[in-house]
Amino acid sequence: MTQVSQVPAKRWSQRPASGWIGNWGYGAVALVVLLIPLLPVPELVITQMNYIGIDALVVIGLVLLTGICGLTSFGQAAFVGVGAYATAYVTTALNWSPWAGLCLGLLLTAALALILGVITLRMSGHNLPLATIAWCIALYYVLGNMDALGRYDGLVNIPPVRIFGLSLQNGRHYYYLIWAFAGLAAFGTLRLLDSRSGRILRAMNPDHGGGATMPEAMGASVFRHKLLAFLIAALFASVAGWLFAHLQRTINPSPFGIGRSLDYLFMGVLGGVGYIWGAFVGAAFTTVLRDLLQDWLPKIFGGSGNYETIVFGILLIAVLKISPGGLWSLVSGRFETKRPEIGSPGRDTLPRRTKPQAGERLLDVRGIHKQFGGLAAVQNVSFSLGAGEIVGLIGPNGAGKSTTFNLISGALRLSEGEVVFSGKRVDGVPSRSIARLGLSRTFQHVKLVPEMSVIENVALGCYQRTDSGPLAAIFRTDRREERKALAEAEWQLSRIGLKDVLFEKAGNLSLGAQRLVEIARALATDPVLLLLDEPAAGLRHGEKAALAKVLSQLRQERLGLLLVEHDMNFVMGLADRIVVMEFGRKLIEGTPAVVQASPDVRAAYLGLEAS
Amino acid sequence: MDFTVASMLAFEGIANGALYALLAMTIVLVFAVTRVLFIAQGEFVVFGAMSLAQLSLDKLPSTVWLLGVLLAAAILQELFVGIRGRKPNRDLALSISRLAIVPLIVIGVTGVLVPLHPPVGVKALLSLALVAPMGPLLYRLVYRSLATASVLTLLIVSVGVHFVLVGLGLVLFGPEGYRTPAFLETSWDIAGVPVSGQAVLVIGMTVALVGGLYSLFTFTFRGMALRAVAVNELGARIVGLSAERAGEICFTLAAAIGALSGLLIASSTTIYYDTGFLIGLKGFVAAVFAGLASFPGALGGAIAVGLIESFGSFWSSAFKDSIVFAAVIPILLWRSVFFSVAEEH
Repeated sequence: MTQVSQVPAKRWSQRPASGWIGNWGYGAVALVVLLIPLLPVPELVITQMNYIGIDALVVIGLVLLTGICGLTSFGQAAFVGVGAYATAYVTTALNWSPWAGLCLGLLLTAALALILGVITLRMSGHNLPLATIAWCIALYYVLGNMDALGRYDGLVNIPPVRIFGLSLQNGRHYYYLIWAFAGLAAFGTLRLLDSRSGRILRAMNPDHGGGATMPEAMGASVFRHKLLAFLIAALFASVAGWLFAHLQRTINPSPFGIGRSLDYLFMGVLGGVGYIWGAFVGAAFTTVLRDLLQDWLPKIFGGSGNYETIVFGILLIAVLKISPGGLWSLVSGRFETKRPEIGSPGRDTLPRRTKPQAGERLLDVRGIHKQFGGLAAVQNVSFSLGAGEIVGLIGPNGAGKSTTFNLISGALRLSEGEVVFSGKRVDGVPSRSIARLGLSRTFQHVKLVPEMSVIENVALGCYQRTDSGPLAAIFRTDRREERKALAEAEWQLSRIGLKDVLFEKAGNLSLGAQRLVEIARALATDPVLLLLDEPAAGLRHGEKAALAKVLSQLRQERLGLLLVEHDMNFVMGLADRIVVMEFGRKLIEGTPAVVQASPDVRAAYLGLEAS
Repeated sequence: MDFTVASMLAFEGIANGALYALLAMTIVLVFAVTRVLFIAQGEFVVFGAMSLAQLSLDKLPSTVWLLGVLLAAAILQELFVGIRGRKPNRDLALSISRLAIVPLIVIGVTGVLVPLHPPVGVKALLSLALVAPMGPLLYRLVYRSLATASVLTLLIVSVGVHFVLVGLGLVLFGPEGYRTPAFLETSWDIAGVPVSGQAVLVIGMTVALVGGLYSLFTFTFRGMALRAVAVNELGARIVGLSAERAGEICFTLAAAIGALSGLLIASSTTIYYDTGFLIGLKGFVAAVFAGLASFPGALGGAIAVGLIESFGSFWSSAFKDSIVFAAVIPILLWRSVFFSVAEEH
């Protein structure tokens, strides 16, 4: 652990891209946005900017949900409506302060989003959009038919917001409130994404090679993180609704219908659904384009109506087909920032688990069985593993080795049998709970987040050893813990020989190196038992030797290791015992010498000799 | 509420439910085979209804232009892709003519028949024939090159398709609403409950189509090929079944069945250019009952939606749509409690 203190205090995490504008670019844009109301620009510009800021606030939430987490909601306009109607009702009918209206709107929105989320987010991804479509339409008709809410005429005479006795009735003053909220939302989201929870959020998107299996294996609940993203998106929309109500001073149900929800989605996709700043670009571009089209299209087609939807629809399809990163992806390279990497934590390190005594029984697999329809992939397999022991699991392709791995780690449910880990029954226990007991694993098909840096990928492993929540991330009170987590990730990477590629995107590494990153990530969980699925595949000879050395060292640290491996030299040289599987059954178990001498094993690999 | 009112509501609910069932089944079919959550399904309903309404007034239906626009776009795309991919001219000409022949014939026949004042049955068939080819054209234009995209991307693309089709609908049909005469004006009185011929026709059509789809999937090679693609696209491709062909067939069925629903509904509901979205979404609610996976489930779900709607409108007509759509939440709760484990894999 002494290496940690050798880390230089500050480094740059990203190299500047060509044509780099960086932090100056953001500063300049922010300055322009702040100066606009002070300049003698026409009132129309201020009005437009106010609506752009409100839209962007909604779209930031949608970016988090859709671009980052791979979920989507067609109900954002309804959450805007909840925020708007909550404040409109209590400020007009009950004479409450707008700030009380904001709080009430947020509470209502949170409750509704939690109900919708809890119901839909456990199921496959398409249920959320369907549920939110339905909820958006249902709410629209409810708003339009409630007498207390003024039916389709809505509510009027909503008071302006006051801050410290100053009324924000003037659009130029209200402008600052809107953009303060939009800016805070953007920075808050960026901070959240650069944190313990944020790494999990970024690892869930099936569009970017993510999914539920890996985060769960790192001890994180994917369901809770989906719920978090959905909740944040809903709350942003609710704040936008509050801003909207006090800007317009009168509201009716029409801006909260399903069509408006689809507009927000359009803004997100057009601006770049993977980028927080894309939300602003999308909102601005859409507003300006809509105005242009509404001026010109009726002159072409005659009459009046929402002809711009044709252009919007074609644009939406074209963006998704040609440039799925949206408009922002065209300039994002120029805006890449230098982010000072977090410095050394000194002697401060993450707590370590007490390691078991050498020879203590870690894993007991008893008669496990897995049935896939008519196929018995694993039948009645039993073996055990102690601390400080390396067991190799070998067998021809399709023998059921990886299925056995998935059964032990909880990624698949057992059909029969039991698994005891560290003295506890873990069959039927979700994989994240098994992971928290100290079992970690790598995957046959590498599961890294390709867009994330190598060190962040490994820091995913520290998830269960840290406990800062999303609020700590937003207020940056998690930095000490983050430093420890990143230092741990760096230490594990240097141990495995990948010190030079810490800030490379994981997707740019060779497959062999990606497998090593997975091992480092598994080690970052501080496991007592490590399951490695083909760790040496894709490595060169020298790299294999280095890996073998690391694994032997882990054995000395009294970890238990279970390896699936096809490289016989590697596994025979390393393992204390070998379990051979064939057609889902255990064929033989013994020391490498016994296994190598067994005629049954030769028959399994090479077929029977003709006699 | 006495027995007569209840049975009237139940009958109306079942007749509406039968319509939603047609839509729900095409939604399930399209999703199973292409993974597209086709939220623009309702637009075909409008196009079918509008075609028949305009034909009933002995006007050339605007859907002729719509079909022409889609065809022109598809030909341009084919040319663009073909020339960029250096496809031989012969192949290019062949694929374009394959694409264009059916729509051109339909447009030609419509042009010839409209001045001859054909009977209503022919008009209905013409309406179907005008809308059905839009399905495969849309598939080729939009979805074919996105075969590997995620469900989420395909869903957002469908939002774009919905925008375009509704916008074009506004350009072509204008903001006015249309109604068509009923196919069957007769009405019977069974045990004090009035039963309209049109409603019986709707239920009969649904039963016939459900039977037809069932036998298509069970007995014909094409149907089994569709099922194979739905279960495992890669495997189907390896044994020589074309996923593209399957997609085109699905979208043809979706367009044709959507248009048919439009023909059946337009005598009882005024259809505007944007009415279809809500109707299609009710089909989605029904499909959600079945977890977007089973045809009998979708049928049951659709009947349930129809009943919820008719009884809901009896109790509170203003909240009828709220009730139908809010019903999705308890349905999903029920599904998440009983089916969520199965859906994870």
